[in-house]
Amino acid sequence: MHSALFLIEFGAIILGLGLLGRVAGRLKFSPIPLYLLAGLAFGTGGLLPMGASEEFVAIGAEIGVILLLLMLGLEYTASDLVSNLKTQYPAGLVDFGLNAVPGAVAALLMGWGPVAAVVLAGVTWISSSGVIAKVMGDLGRLGNRETPAILSILVLEDLAMAVYLPIVTALLAGVSLAAGSATLAIALGVAGAVLFVAVRYGRHISRFVSSDDPEKLLLVVLGLTLLVAGIAQQLQVSAAVGAFLVGIALSGEVAEGTHTLLSPLRDLFAAVFFVFFGLHTDPASIPPVLLPALALALVTTGTKIATGYWAAKRAGVGVKGRWRAGGTLVARGEFSIVIAGLAVTAGIEPALGPLATAYVLILVVVGPLTARYTEPAAAWVSRRRTPSGPVLGVPSQPGAPEAVQDQDPVGRT
Amino acid sequence: MSTTPLPGIGVQYDLTTREHRHLSVIAHRDGTRTVNVYRADDPDACAQSLHLTSAETTSLIDALMPAHHSPNLLHTTDLGLVAERIELSAHSYWNGRVLGETRMRTETGVSIVAVLRRAEARPSPAPDFRLAGGDTLIVIGTREGVDAAAALLGRE
Repeated sequence: MHSALFLIEFGAIILGLGLLGRVAGRLKFSPIPLYLLAGLAFGTGGLLPMGASEEFVAIGAEIGVILLLLMLGLEYTASDLVSNLKTQYPAGLVDFGLNAVPGAVAALLMGWGPVAAVVLAGVTWISSSGVIAKVMGDLGRLGNRETPAILSILVLEDLAMAVYLPIVTALLAGVSLAAGSATLAIALGVAGAVLFVAVRYGRHISRFVSSDDPEKLLLVVLGLTLLVAGIAQQLQVSAAVGAFLVGIALSGEVAEGTHTLLSPLRDLFAAVFFVFFGLHTDPASIPPVLLPALALALVTTGTKIATGYWAAKRAGVGVKGRWRAGGTLVARGEFSIVIAGLAVTAGIEPALGPLATAYVLILVVVGPLTARYTEPAAAWVSRRRTPSGPVLGVPSQPGAPEAVQDQDPVGRT
Repeated sequence: MSTTPLPGIGVQYDLTTREHRHLSVIAHRDGTRTVNVYRADDPDACAQSLHLTSAETTSLIDALMPAHHSPNLLHTTDLGLVAERIELSAHSYWNGRVLGETRMRTETGVSIVAVLRRAEARPSPAPDFRLAGGDTLIVIGTREGVDAAAALLGRE
């Protein structure tokens, strides 16, 4: 019986993810790399090729991307986005210039062609807001002066996704320049219109969706999101952007309620998405791209640190805070995989998926470490006259003040 | 007091004290709060960052209120009258007894204006109203009277 086999397979996947998530929690790590590894283990060329659940996992992965972006949209109000865009656009431009360019250059150097270059630019450009928000909370830095600068870069990146994803979708579909421009114009027009409507009439949209009964709210929001995402896909604008715009348009109490209702669903389907991505990557294809991935990770760690340093400096933060901001921004994660996932499904450059996987695996692990140690390392380098190096001891408890490194006895009470 | 929006997290309120120490409170969107105190050697970084649930925040606010008297204070007037919430414990002596038995007005001079039980409020309960553990009584009287009433109702 087909369905029995499907249930067994899918159940085993979900159970495995749950256990991996527990391991990740024990290690205080983001579970994303483990999900990717699980996908690698079970997919093509892996230990246990999947059969029956393939199709469902593919659909689940699509829903996962849509929910990821819907929730991202819910995080922000339209006025957040507009005010950030007005005041912080130079930081956004610097971020784009420093971090998207290395990816594009790397793809061109490897001779992958312009479309893959645009995709890889996105992979190296977008930091992981999920990982970063968690790391800042764990390190007790939410109240730091550099935090608004970090957050505004994340906001601008997320907003840029609304323009970038339609471009990538159009490029991957191989449309002509004219049709591509038309698509882009539609995408920009729709995004602009939604932002405008959300700023002006967000209350009314939220009132239309609002419901006291969680069940009805869940169905209405989920239905609306999938519908808009589907229409966006049909218009070649990218389903993810449609979902993101729905999230932006919902505000206030509705956003709150939806957030709590959809979080578990998002977690489930996003996990399925990461597994799906791993499933489609042959583990044997990773070792050949490991060196480029490492080089790319090294370069883009440096460029992100420079970006954060510059943005914090612009916000008038002191030197230590600038280094902290830089180190915090390093983590890449879910969106690099979302972007690479589009390319993998479209079937361009076969080495792109493995490279993105290796790249994200490296940076999702390194990101929290750079967030923690960039500032002490910079302080140590500038103070090398003293022979004693930093005490890289055990990481402190989450929320503990970071007074582990050697520092002036002043202020340590 | 200045405010900074933290997109995706909440709002941050900053305060610099007369002694030039800086502290801030982050209001998260889920109703929790983070209280931050900054380091003397690096004023951009938190020395301590405490995450409080809504209930803990309420207790903290209560302790910080300038007119602090007790956590059950509803309202104080300059006329010397106070209104308070007094909760009956689950194994209170009055659990299952009627209100008249407390002889509250005779003993203390305070009035019981309402009894809150779970989600409903019972205004002006009659002397034959049967109390239960977990009830919250709202009483009004002089400061001394209300203190006496609290002692009386606290009988186990």
